[in-house]
Amino acid sequence: MLAYILRRALYAIPILIGVNLITFALFFVVNTPDDMARMQLGAKRVTQVEIERWKAAHGYDKPLLWNERASGTGKLRDTVFFQKSLRLFAFDFGAAEDGRNISAEIRTRMWPSLALAVPVFLVGLAVNITFALTMAFFRATYLDFWGVVLCVAMMSISTLFYIIAGQFLVAKLLDLVPISGYNTGLLAIKFLILPVAIGVLSGVGEGSRWYRTLFLEEMGKDYVRTARAKGLSEAVVMFRHVLKNAMIPILTGVVVVIPRLFMGSLLMESFFGIPGLGSYTIDAIQSQDFAVVRSMVFIGSVLYIVGLLLTDISYTLVDPRVRLE
Amino acid sequence: MPFVPVILWTDALLWLLVAATVAYLWVCAGRPHLAAPWLRVVKSRAAMVSLTLLAGYGTIGLADSLHFRLALPATAAGGTSAYSPQVLSVLDLALAQLRRSEETTYSAPLATRLFALEEVRRPDGRLVREYPRLRYGGARLANEGERGSDVAKRALAGLGGAALLWLPFGALLWPLRRRAPQVPWGAAYATLGAMLAIAGPVLALSLAYHVLGTDKVGQDVLYLSLKSIRTSLVIGTLTTLVMLPLGAMLGVTAGYFKGRVDDAIQYVYTTLNSIPSVLLIVAFVLMMQVYIEGHPQLFPTTAQRADVRLLLLCVVLGVTSWTSLARLLRGEALKLAELEYVQAAHAFAVPHLRILTRHLLPNVAHIIIISLVLDFSSLVLAEVVLSYIGVGVDPSTISFGIMINAARLEMARDPVVWWSLASAFGFLLVLVLAANLLADAVRDGFDPRVRVGGAALQGTAG
Repeated sequence: MLAYILRRALYAIPILIGVNLITFALFFVVNTPDDMARMQLGAKRVTQVEIERWKAAHGYDKPLLWNERASGTGKLRDTVFFQKSLRLFAFDFGAAEDGRNISAEIRTRMWPSLALAVPVFLVGLAVNITFALTMAFFRATYLDFWGVVLCVAMMSISTLFYIIAGQFLVAKLLDLVPISGYNTGLLAIKFLILPVAIGVLSGVGEGSRWYRTLFLEEMGKDYVRTARAKGLSEAVVMFRHVLKNAMIPILTGVVVVIPRLFMGSLLMESFFGIPGLGSYTIDAIQSQDFAVVRSMVFIGSVLYIVGLLLTDISYTLVDPRVRLE
Repeated sequence: MPFVPVILWTDALLWLLVAATVAYLWVCAGRPHLAAPWLRVVKSRAAMVSLTLLAGYGTIGLADSLHFRLALPATAAGGTSAYSPQVLSVLDLALAQLRRSEETTYSAPLATRLFALEEVRRPDGRLVREYPRLRYGGARLANEGERGSDVAKRALAGLGGAALLWLPFGALLWPLRRRAPQVPWGAAYATLGAMLAIAGPVLALSLAYHVLGTDKVGQDVLYLSLKSIRTSLVIGTLTTLVMLPLGAMLGVTAGYFKGRVDDAIQYVYTTLNSIPSVLLIVAFVLMMQVYIEGHPQLFPTTAQRADVRLLLLCVVLGVTSWTSLARLLRGEALKLAELEYVQAAHAFAVPHLRILTRHLLPNVAHIIIISLVLDFSSLVLAEVVLSYIGVGVDPSTISFGIMINAARLEMARDPVVWWSLASAFGFLLVLVLAANLLADAVRDGFDPRVRVGGAALQGTAG
């Protein structure tokens, strides 16, 4: 087991190097630091002096890959690639455009993100499975048919609509919760109820339709026929046998997104003013803060790879047929 | 009126795609084994309804994809003819009334007065703060009290016109039913009727009113919504031009050759997949923005710059979304490569390229078609979110995302300005819902597993 995990973890290294190269190419080769400076400084007529000053202040005034003027390992170390891209591997993200330390910012902002993303994930999973199981239980009836129609209709609605309509209806018209904002500790609950509800609602359509297909696929299998032939009631068949077996694809399917919960939700956080990583990212995108975007890309891929690893491990835990080789 | 055609990149590609689709369906029609899944698709009532709706959207979008520049009125010196720098489309001509009738700011649907108080000088010289009459909306009414009867009259006239247009289509029903009796033509005809019943009165009213109101800068919301359709269609369809070759080629190649090739291709798509897709798109788009701003000489007009940005957004979306198609195809190709007919081809020393194109690609075509149709709606929804974040289409392009972004603070106003958001979301919902319903029907028609599974299910349920 340990050897397997280790090997899988080693497999992550080339992927992270690839991610690093892609971001490096996108951020530094396609456009030179000069272009970036011009964009940041805004005006069309920026003097070369101003550009040089901006580059020096942000550490972009070095050669990209190879520094002729430095000595020894400095030839490699004193470059943009080493300082800006390779340092990400040590989770050293440097400073944002406004001079604040990105790592410190991430550490404080991940808690509000988790406070929103974890409930959305757990409640969403429970709601989707319940709804899907109900539809599968009453399969080929009007309940099932209209359930699927409802799912398709709900999938067709833009997430933005759920947020804008929910905020308007619940927070503005009914005045049940504050429109936006955040507080620490238990006081955060009243700010989180609405975003969590909207997050769950906007995912119900796609999620439950997908789980319904999984349940139906499972119900076509031989062991279900055997269970029925034994004379088990339909409820026992569904809850004891089908649900348990269908949980294997469901669980292994959702494990991959668990680490990504750290990253928060871009839209939800920016609409509800939750100071998490999602709103941090969206602010960085809108102010074109490349250092933050680069860091979030790197963290995102690390978390995805952790998710893949967890998926592999969870397969072996829940499905005894899978053996690690 | 003399004009000079302007061929934007997206126009050319969109028409190319239309031509390719028509050619493909033509080929299908001649071969029963290719036509069979499509017949299964159109047998479904939902598919016919959504196809009719999509045809309506498509007509609007394609009419908006024929661009030209009109000649300017000849000047006194008038030797050489000059053309207006404004790029227009056929749709703009058809909706000239809507495009030109700009108010100064918000006005409610079918209103005769502005939504905001303004200082107005009365004929007797006094300055009064009041809701001024609109420049176009209901301007022909001498007495505002007659608005109700005028609206009703125009709506009825529009309805009558729609009925006149609709009834002749009924004559087509009989020959169609005779040729393909299993297709529910009635459903398509009824949908067409419903569409015309809405479009007729709306168009009739739009000649004298702002049917869906006006937005902050006084533009007609109905016009903006109709113009947004093209952007959505371009994003939803042109992206496939990038996604399809990448996904199909790499996926099938990986599954067929296995070994090193497979490892390399898997590495590429795992790496791309591992980057959060929104951030990857953001990174691409930010870089594209810097490039476009750094090279203004490449894009002479705003329309061309906006068009290149739209096209590049399609490319970016394609580059980030081919991975799931490639993974699906790789899995299928792995299975197919072991089958006897592929082994037989090997034994006959058929070259690899020929095996890939003749034996593997046609046998994974159903997966490609299903995923293309399925992706359409998610791409349309993605454009809205990306434009909302500010990394989508060019701000000068009219799109649902830009409309929603511009209107996002309107719900917080008091009294609420709801019509911009409602129109954008309404038009978007119908488009995406139709696409989703069609995708369902296409999956049922093409996926062999669904048919087997469905039969098994009926067996157990009975």
